[in-house]
Amino acid sequence: MKLEMKDSPGQLVAALKPISDVGGNIIAVIHQREPDLDEDTLNVQIVLELPEGFLGKLVTLLKEQGVRIQRIDEERLLFKRTVIMIGHLMHTDLSDTVDQIDSTGFAEVSELALSMPAVKERSTSRITIKAVSRPDMEAALAILRRVSRQKSLLLIEPLEGIT
Amino acid sequence: MMKVALIGLGSVGRGVAGMLQKKDLGITITGIADSKSACMDPDGLDIANLLANKTKNGYCGDRKMSASDVIKKADYDALIEVTPTNALSGEPAIGYIKGALLRKKHVVTSNKGPIALAYKELHTLAVRKGVALRYEATVAGAIPIMHTLEHGLAGNEILALYGVLNGTCNYILTRMAAEGLTYEQALMEAREMGYAEADPTYDVQGIDAAIKLVILANTIWGNSIRLSDVDRTGIDLLTPDALRLAEEEGCTIRLIAEAIPRKHILRVSPRILEKNHPLVVDGTLNALTLETDMAKEITLIGRGAGSIETASAIIGDLLFINDRYVRHA
Repeated sequence: MKLEMKDSPGQLVAALKPISDVGGNIIAVIHQREPDLDEDTLNVQIVLELPEGFLGKLVTLLKEQGVRIQRIDEERLLFKRTVIMIGHLMHTDLSDTVDQIDSTGFAEVSELALSMPAVKERSTSRITIKAVSRPDMEAALAILRRVSRQKSLLLIEPLEGIT
Repeated sequence: MMKVALIGLGSVGRGVAGMLQKKDLGITITGIADSKSACMDPDGLDIANLLANKTKNGYCGDRKMSASDVIKKADYDALIEVTPTNALSGEPAIGYIKGALLRKKHVVTSNKGPIALAYKELHTLAVRKGVALRYEATVAGAIPIMHTLEHGLAGNEILALYGVLNGTCNYILTRMAAEGLTYEQALMEAREMGYAEADPTYDVQGIDAAIKLVILANTIWGNSIRLSDVDRTGIDLLTPDALRLAEEEGCTIRLIAEAIPRKHILRVSPRILEKNHPLVVDGTLNALTLETDMAKEITLIGRGAGSIETASAIIGDLLFINDRYVRHA
């Protein structure tokens, strides 16, 4: 979100405090002085993670601090991973497989590509999952691993970890 | 002059013998054994003649003598043990290696069986006898991974390692991706090229890569892990569609061996990687990425198999031993 506040000591801290008060997590704070802006006004962009349903409360708290909200861009799901699954995907209820992720509330299947070469042969799918945070993504992948084992599907995960 | 005894005259053994004969490295072969015969001479053997015998008759020396005779009686500083790998028992190689260590002889091996199965015991024995046990050639062929870990990265904490450690699988996956071949077609091609065994199970189910991961992990972390500790998935169930679907996203699939002790991960599995990832190497090449605290990431790429390539790793070990122990003795 993009905020506008008075450029006086303590203002930035005062503006950030409500975020932690509602259980949010600040990812980045960018502030740049814009030359054509009034000298005692500060523009700040904040990237943050917020629990579901707390945005309204945060907006109220910020307004109480005298902070003007210029813009809110909501990007709900931040983490994206693509996996490939091979096996008898339709016979093992693909929609149930997808639903096991979607029903978590913290992750969802955002894209699915499916290839079925012949009726009795194994099919292959590419599944893209989005999740709010890294731990949530890990939890979603753990669910897929468990489902793959139960349904005898081959799960191919991306290689992560090399930073 | 350093004296060595060579046990095993398959592709690797012939490569080592040939290179030692061709290059003036200060190493003399004083004993040789193949599966059917053996010979020894404290002043050095006539290697060209013995290799010619092997080609002509199928054995190299005296049929009344065996590998055990060479190990027990020959005059040598280091034993080169390059017999075929037995992944289940490690024998007879474990016995050969012990025999040499007990005589206070250094040992250099390319044999994965003994190192994967009996590393702790053999390493302890070597330390007790004050000799070296080196096995650079067991993992990733010509890539000097053990030297890198031991010397180049000395003092670093190794946080994780990722590797493409099986050339057969990498060849199959490269061909499936490039030509849209099925697994079966690519395997057949690998066989025709001499990259796959008649029974490919050991390679394609990730067992070979897992054994190499065990060797690396035990070397780096000394944690006495075994093959059964590795979570393993092979490439034999991959479909051409899987490679195509990965390709559509700018990615491909490779069989990756992975060890991350802090996360308790020890795994060999096919994985999705971006095509420009350093571990995406083509054909039978091998590659290894180490993640360390000081050096951060280091990737090594090279040939994972071949007679002369493996000889390179063995000769590197021999010259290290010569430099460190024999010359100063």
